[in-house]
Amino acid sequence: MIRQIEKPLTGSMPADGSWLDLPAYEKVGGYQAIRKALNGGMTPKAVVAEVKNADLRGRGGAGFPTGLKWSFVPVGKDAPNPTYLCVNADEMEPGTFKDRFLMERNPHQLIEGAILAGFAIEADVAYIFLRGEYTLAAERLTRAIAEAYQRGYLGKNLLGSGYSLELYLHLSAGRYICGDETGLLNALEGKRANPRAKPPFPVLVGLFGKPTVVNNVETISCVPHIINNGAAWFQGLSRTRDAGTKLYGVSGKVKRPGLWELPMGTSIREIVFEHAGGMRDGLRFRGLLPGGSSTPFVVEDHLDTPMDFTEMPKVGSRLGTGTMIVLDDRTCPVGMAWNMTRFFARESCGFCTPCWSGLGWAERILRSLEDGHGKPGDLEKLSFQSKMWSPGNTFCALAPGAADPLQSAMKYFGPDFERHIGEHRCPWR
Amino acid sequence: MLTAEEIREIEGEAVHYPRRDAVSIDALKIVQRHRGWVSDESLRDIAGHLGMSPAELDGIATFYNLIYRKPVGRHVITVCDSVSCWIMGSERVQQHLEERLGIRPGETTRDNRYTLLPTVCLGCCDRAPAMMVDSDLHTNLAPENIDRDLENYK
Repeated sequence: MIRQIEKPLTGSMPADGSWLDLPAYEKVGGYQAIRKALNGGMTPKAVVAEVKNADLRGRGGAGFPTGLKWSFVPVGKDAPNPTYLCVNADEMEPGTFKDRFLMERNPHQLIEGAILAGFAIEADVAYIFLRGEYTLAAERLTRAIAEAYQRGYLGKNLLGSGYSLELYLHLSAGRYICGDETGLLNALEGKRANPRAKPPFPVLVGLFGKPTVVNNVETISCVPHIINNGAAWFQGLSRTRDAGTKLYGVSGKVKRPGLWELPMGTSIREIVFEHAGGMRDGLRFRGLLPGGSSTPFVVEDHLDTPMDFTEMPKVGSRLGTGTMIVLDDRTCPVGMAWNMTRFFARESCGFCTPCWSGLGWAERILRSLEDGHGKPGDLEKLSFQSKMWSPGNTFCALAPGAADPLQSAMKYFGPDFERHIGEHRCPWR
Repeated sequence: MLTAEEIREIEGEAVHYPRRDAVSIDALKIVQRHRGWVSDESLRDIAGHLGMSPAELDGIATFYNLIYRKPVGRHVITVCDSVSCWIMGSERVQQHLEERLGIRPGETTRDNRYTLLPTVCLGCCDRAPAMMVDSDLHTNLAPENIDRDLENYK
């Protein structure tokens, strides 16, 4: 019981690696939250208020307050109809592997959260937008959705409450940009996933032009627990002012790469050096990207920073998705920056110039540094280019996300970049 | 011509959306599942069925990397080349596959058995390096287990 309270999202998952089907999920208290909300006299507004008071913030990386987002949706008799909920399950941020885990091991938790979110915003239809490569998650979600329909948790007049919700699984056909909120909406409408101009924001004009909330898998998975246990309980799970637990992950050359549900605000040092076991023997820690490829590097000096939305910006970075990528001293930081810039260049939707042109240019410069063809002035060009990718110069967050790791790599590993030019080679190859 | 089965599956997805053309990506995936890839002829047939212009549908088909507008082999190998896998040695995995199969990314083996493609992060970074063969995920890759894994795809 204590274990479940400390790890609401993952504590009830079977230790043998299997998943919670409907009977198993109900056995650990599943679908009690929708009973409490739909049959227990909670109004949609009360659900929104509980989530708002819990200070749940978006786990997809942006950290926007979830309850506040929900409160922007027009409701009532005169509201535009239908209203949509979209679960963003398009996990494709390099280094991020948390939503896969939640969907493969506990799909009903996500479905119950989606029902509660749908009820809160008075949604008529919900979509889970799942990346096409997540085949095991697709299989289990398909089964779980069918189970939920069969039991009357989805469809018309849920649990006799008068509230109806259809939930569909949409399997995507690739491209990182579908993870962008408005890119996702275009993809769901069967179009190219170019992001849309904001405003209007999706909460007012979203999918098929109707009010739409887009929430991340981990965010939605928190909701049943907030409704079951209350806002104060959720706040109490954390070590800092940002509420809840967080799925933290570590990849790279550490002893035990993995994923752990820990109190929000656990320090970088504890996650990397205790849970992940520290660096592999013979390797030295040089830095890490705290929350996927579009978050700025942090280094040794920052290890005691709590990993949350509030503290990470104070050391020049962001929580992002909370899944870290560790750089060791035998891996070339320029090569790493090249790899990530190549990713962003390839995944640009091709719409605005700083992105489609600038990212490719920077990728070629970084590749030439790696190949030993770097020239004096290249670093200035990289700085200039990456400044053009800042918010306001581009249509969406893809290019700003590409600037963060590159600029921070140049800041912390500047001499390594210069060595590539001076020695006409990559010193790590 | 779309088959009755393809049409049945497309219509089964179409009811999830308020607008008919919204099913376009599902339709492309359905036809590809049956035929292996989306030929010009398939594209025209799908467009006709959905009341779209072929050009519009091709703009969509070519945007998404999981839609193949060229023939692929019986099995498609996609190797993750994003950052965590890169740190853990995806370049060696890639090189091993290229040497073993005698093809470069984007190419298909002469016996039409494998097509090799790059892919972005597969979301299993704690088990890097990783690849997918068709719909199966393979993790913690090393040359020995790659060879063994590939034998299962005839």
